[in-house]
Amino acid sequence: MARITVNDKTLDIDAAPDTPLLWVLRDHLSMTGTKYGCGMALCGACTVHVDGVAVRSCVLPLGALEGRRITTIEGLSPDRSHAVQRAWIELDVPQCGYCQSGQIMSAAALLRDHPRPNDAEIDAAMAGNICRCGTYPRIRKAIHRAAELLAPEPKS
Amino acid sequence: MRILGRREFCRSTVFSGGGLVLAMTLPAFAGRGRTGAASPHAAPAVLNAWLKIGTDDSVTVLVDRSEMGQGVYTALPMLLAEELEIDLERIEVLAAPVGDAYVNPLNGGQITGTSNSIQDAWEKLRTAGAQARLMLIAAAANKWRVDPAECRAAGGRVTDARGRSLRYGELAAAAALIPVPKQVKLKPASEFRLIGRPQARLDTPAKVDGTAQFGLDVKLPGMLYAVIALSPTLGGRVSTVDSAAAERLPGVRRVISTSSGVVVVADHFWQALKARGALEISWDPGPNARLDNAAFWASLDHTAATVPGLAAKMTRGDTARALKDAAKTLAAVYELPLLAHATMEPMNCTADVRADRCDVYVGTQVQQGAQAAAADAAGLKPEQVDVHTTLLGGGFGRRLEVDFIPAAVEASKALGVPVKLTWTREDDMSHDFFRPPAREEISAGVDAHGNLLAFSLHITTPSITARASPATIATDPFDSVIEYAQNFPYAVPNYRLSFSRQEIGIDVGYLRSVSHAPNCFAIESFLDELAAALSKDPLELRLALLAGRPRHIAVLQEAARRANWGRPPPGRFQGLAFMEGYSSHIAQVAEISVAGGALKVHKITCVIDCGQMVNPRIVESQIESGIVYGLSAALWGDITLESGRVRETNFHTYRVLRSNEMPELDVHLIPSDAAPGGIGEAAVPPVAPALCNAAFAATGKRLRRLPIGSHALVSLD
Repeated sequence: MARITVNDKTLDIDAAPDTPLLWVLRDHLSMTGTKYGCGMALCGACTVHVDGVAVRSCVLPLGALEGRRITTIEGLSPDRSHAVQRAWIELDVPQCGYCQSGQIMSAAALLRDHPRPNDAEIDAAMAGNICRCGTYPRIRKAIHRAAELLAPEPKS
Repeated sequence: MRILGRREFCRSTVFSGGGLVLAMTLPAFAGRGRTGAASPHAAPAVLNAWLKIGTDDSVTVLVDRSEMGQGVYTALPMLLAEELEIDLERIEVLAAPVGDAYVNPLNGGQITGTSNSIQDAWEKLRTAGAQARLMLIAAAANKWRVDPAECRAAGGRVTDARGRSLRYGELAAAAALIPVPKQVKLKPASEFRLIGRPQARLDTPAKVDGTAQFGLDVKLPGMLYAVIALSPTLGGRVSTVDSAAAERLPGVRRVISTSSGVVVVADHFWQALKARGALEISWDPGPNARLDNAAFWASLDHTAATVPGLAAKMTRGDTARALKDAAKTLAAVYELPLLAHATMEPMNCTADVRADRCDVYVGTQVQQGAQAAAADAAGLKPEQVDVHTTLLGGGFGRRLEVDFIPAAVEASKALGVPVKLTWTREDDMSHDFFRPPAREEISAGVDAHGNLLAFSLHITTPSITARASPATIATDPFDSVIEYAQNFPYAVPNYRLSFSRQEIGIDVGYLRSVSHAPNCFAIESFLDELAAALSKDPLELRLALLAGRPRHIAVLQEAARRANWGRPPPGRFQGLAFMEGYSSHIAQVAEISVAGGALKVHKITCVIDCGQMVNPRIVESQIESGIVYGLSAALWGDITLESGRVRETNFHTYRVLRSNEMPELDVHLIPSDAAPGGIGEAAVPPVAPALCNAAFAATGKRLRRLPIGSHALVSLD
């Protein structure tokens, strides 16, 4: 039994300590927005935030998460209002969509640390998220757009 | 948009129960729907096989093609909405069940493939929308006792000359009783309000908040999770299994031998996966124990050298004679490796087998094939199986196969509960139906003035269709082997196109753009070689050989103009390629540099004329998508065999393009009122030859074997 906090809810999870967070989310908590792609932290489809940091949940055992705060795509906003989600909608980023939860979670973490990222910072933050549909050009544009949406209104 | 679950749909229609069969004859629907339609909480009226309208004005469009990123859940509803005169945002999309109405005659089944969903739906769904509109108008006219000609439909309402107005939701039940108009006049393009204009995708919102339901996300009450142990050697079989240790592990419910491998069923996926590792299986490796790349390449080379090949009907003139008489001849052999589809969502299937029926929840490109495979595995008739098509986390042709379905069905049947079977990435990569290897030999001859006299392309490769559709191959042995080459666009009086079939012992499959890619690689690489041999510019040579083909010329000239052809920035080099396929015309210019022995791609310029576009926003993203898929394949795509096993297992050994490796893209769509062409696959094939032609410009070295990453490159600079 492990106690973790997922999207501001504290939950007791009855699963073996070596169970990766990905499968806790998907199978135990029925939060299927976080995807399985590789199981080896190679593709980023399973990206979530742990204590605000983007991590690959497919290699993160439940036993290491006691007391940690986890945010998934379901908890990013209640209504697709996060700037990254708004930018993704505006630019119609997803194609098949399978990798997009991971892409969005990586982008959201990037923007928290770098509110106005340049292309090199975007490359560094997003290189771990594979998209086989090739949405990369739109992802880059959408991250820049999300940064604009997040920017404080200029004082007149 | 909400993407309705299939169960929800069944509950909400008058046709409750499992076997939902959507007949095409509307009176049957209307008759059965009549009683329900009168009550305020009536089931939605079914106007035809693709359209339901509720009394609350809800509009549900059943989409009979699988959404795998290519945008059919937006583009197909657009076709219907254009004629129905409703706003796109009002539409809820539902995946169509298996049904005769949903067959794509261009593919010979309810199949999503060959980039022809729009070509198939273009008349069909606009007609369905127009018929429904006329039925709604007739229902209103009946009510008002006026001539239907005095009524018009717009914005989801029917209005008459006196200004009376009724909502579609108020008319739908009566409209469903009106005989289907046989003759409908479709709007001319000049009156389109949706078609041809960029529209937001209907599936985007669900794909940014985690609610989009892929096959892997299916969860049924009482469902158990399963993984499968597949033979490590392709074509091998289980000899013996000792599952005692595995079955003692926590959560494990059962280990069963299925037709495809040993399945471990547990309370959770992770438990099943751990238990799979505890299985003691001895495998009979079967006939491929000594199969490796050297072996299958030797067989392809041997056949190419010894079997003259079957000539396709496009063959014309006397190529052998012309080659003999030519002032100059040129020949080259091109080699293309095995490729994996590598969809982001690994193969999976959820099955719920009961005594007399079966439900399968699966991301599939072949609903009838999935139904037949499940029925076979369950020991039921196909009509006892309902296929619930989920969103597909990538298709690329991999989900034209149904190999991952039977084991889920067999497990559900054995345990008497729903079972979700998930392949790991390693299962998926090493048990793909790989793009077949191809050996392509081209010989050409020119006269003393450099005019092209003869062109011969001899393709040696396995046949995908021989396995996938034996009936097709009986009448057309060239199916899915000679694409692009069959439309060879360059003017030449003597043309020979031939095919020698050589199987390699493993199953091969259709991969995005299928044989367009190898044939485009060979033809477009060779055109570049020919230009160099004749000291001509590769663009000028193509334009000269394409005289009288304005659409071909237009895309080439526009791509060259946009890419500043012939004047690359210092240290950069350009390569050009063209392709005609899927009734689309496409040209690409690659701009590269070479450093540290490797090729770096800086920019791809791509111009396409795909005829009438439905949603240019989706067309553009599909072209970007095809280029990225083509880049991964051209640069690194290479599945290799050793002792009958696949060496590549995951994304560390099967490298695909990442965002930091993404070149600049300039995609330009040429407006056209020609018949719609395909866009999902067309951009893939020109990438490799454009890159290799640019590599020649940079290094003087011809790259006739893919992937590019297998070559050490040295810049001429």
